[in-house]
Amino acid sequence: MTSLPSLPTPKKLGLVIDLDVCVGCHACVISCKEWNTGGYGAALSDQDPYGADVSGTFLNRIHTFEVVPEGGQVIGEAGEARIVHFPKSCLHCEDAPCVTVCPTGASYKRAEDGIVLVDESKCIGCGLCAWSCAYGAREMDLAAGVMKKCTLCVDRIYNETLKEVDRVPSCVRTCPANARHFGDLGDASSEVSRMVAERGGYDLMPEQGTRPTNKYLPPRPRKPLAASAGSAVLAENTHDAKGFFAWLDGMLDRI
Amino acid sequence: MHPAFSIIVFTTLSGLGYGLAAVLGLGLLDASTLSVKLAHIGALAMIAAGLLASTLHLGNPQRAWRALSQWRSSWLSREGVMAIASFVPLTVTAWFAIVEGRHLAVAGLAGTLMCGATVYCTAMIYGSLRSIQAWNTGLTPLCYLLFAAAGGFLLASVAGYSSGSRGPVCAAIAILFVVAAWICKQKWWTRLRTLAPFSTPESATGLGHIGHVRLFERPHVNENYLTREMGFKVARKHALKLSRLAILSGGLAPVLLLLVAILAGGSAAVPAAVLAVFCYALGLVVERWLFFAEARHAVMTYYEG
Ligand code: SF4
Ligand code: SF4
Ligand code: SF4
Repeated sequence: MTSLPSLPTPKKLGLVIDLDVCVGCHACVISCKEWNTGGYGAALSDQDPYGADVSGTFLNRIHTFEVVPEGGQVIGEAGEARIVHFPKSCLHCEDAPCVTVCPTGASYKRAEDGIVLVDESKCIGCGLCAWSCAYGAREMDLAAGVMKKCTLCVDRIYNETLKEVDRVPSCVRTCPANARHFGDLGDASSEVSRMVAERGGYDLMPEQGTRPTNKYLPPRPRKPLAASAGSAVLAENTHDAKGFFAWLDGMLDRI
Repeated sequence: MHPAFSIIVFTTLSGLGYGLAAVLGLGLLDASTLSVKLAHIGALAMIAAGLLASTLHLGNPQRAWRALSQWRSSWLSREGVMAIASFVPLTVTAWFAIVEGRHLAVAGLAGTLMCGATVYCTAMIYGSLRSIQAWNTGLTPLCYLLFAAAGGFLLASVAGYSSGSRGPVCAAIAILFVVAAWICKQKWWTRLRTLAPFSTPESATGLGHIGHVRLFERPHVNENYLTREMGFKVARKHALKLSRLAILSGGLAPVLLLLVAILAGGSAAVPAAVLAVFCYALGLVVERWLFFAEARHAVMTYYEG
């Protein structure tokens, strides 16, 4: 059924991604692909894998952005540009347009926990759901001809054959910087909800009206580069030189 | 958006086919004549060919029947259901025209309405997508409907002139619809070209409070499904040139040719009307190509500076 659940789902499972912490190592990209190519549904194929024009299906990708403050082209004048690594996978939206556009019923949102999935045995590979997702979270697998997307590692999080510590999404388990967190965003007392409340977690593209479940934590304010540059500036400046260095300074000036 | 050949062929052909079928359903033309019988067959053939072309871009076409199940929420599913349902009145009308040489008013009118509904559903597949701001307007279905009607009356004027009755009426109505369609399309283009982007790199990343956001590195060096499918760009100057070409070929030329047909009449009318149809179809293909090529998908805010 591609109608969305009529009631709010009791659980809202999703990810909280900390942009302050992500170092852009792409470990979650690889672990996601590794887990999911052998798990839920068809394998995640690559095209021309050893050639010059390699490309493939990924459920999680890391973009990198540069943020330049207003008037901040000159270092130290108005803060400075900073680099933000930006992981992006399906946000398991509450008003998921990818679900309602699907003509076959292959795309659905689970009523119990809000996870958005594709039943690949029903998918005709029309691609309309990928068109409807503003976030680019869905990619057609060119070998299988079916739509692939983040499953929130549904085959891990409820999997009792795994050790408790492993019952989280592969990307969360792998992240060496602990930038990805998994939990129930519908429960205000959960760790992820508290994190969102404390750090001001936000939605991507709120104007699209999709009401994403996943939240992003903003980079923390940073001490301007100029403020830490004291010692570097001192090297050019000999006012405070004492003793031997004052004598050397004087001698060198005279030469 | 990537202008896929199969989708352009599908929307153009099925639009012309539904337009012609809808006009035939009105019963303006003499159903006992050979050219009107042929027109019925032609309309059904164009619709069928268009629908077949639309299955060419599916990853798993053998399951296409499943697309009929989700009409409650999906415009694509509604379109599939309407396309199949409308075959019933259309084949009944065609049967009576071809075999018995008479027009069946009830089935005809039902067919006309259902043709309109099918074209509307097709247009709403695109028009309902928020992620593609250029399409997300009521002007999109209006353009599709007007283009279908214009194409229908153009083809009907060929049938009318060659059957020797009602050619000029169809040609006159065709002129009205052609003009209306291109005025609507011009409005659509003006909207597209003056649009302030709905989603920006700042809203896409939520980093606008720090400053101006610019892409530094894409996730991967090479293209991927998203950039190939949604990253198609056509240079603005070419888009402008092509849209003028579309108006000349699909608007001005057919109007002039139909005027020649109306005023000159006689043996000049049929070739003039046929030529008008060809010019119109060419203009329509260019218009459909631009419809995709010019539309920017919101996901590109994550892929372009
Ligand atoms: S991020 Fe995209 S694919 Fe995921 S639920 Fe939202 S609209 Fe659907
Ligand atoms: S590609 Fe598959 S999941 Fe997506 S809309 Fe088409 S049938 Fe549904
Ligand atoms: S939750 Fe699983 S499927 Fe989704 S991005 Fe993480 S590893 Fe990939």
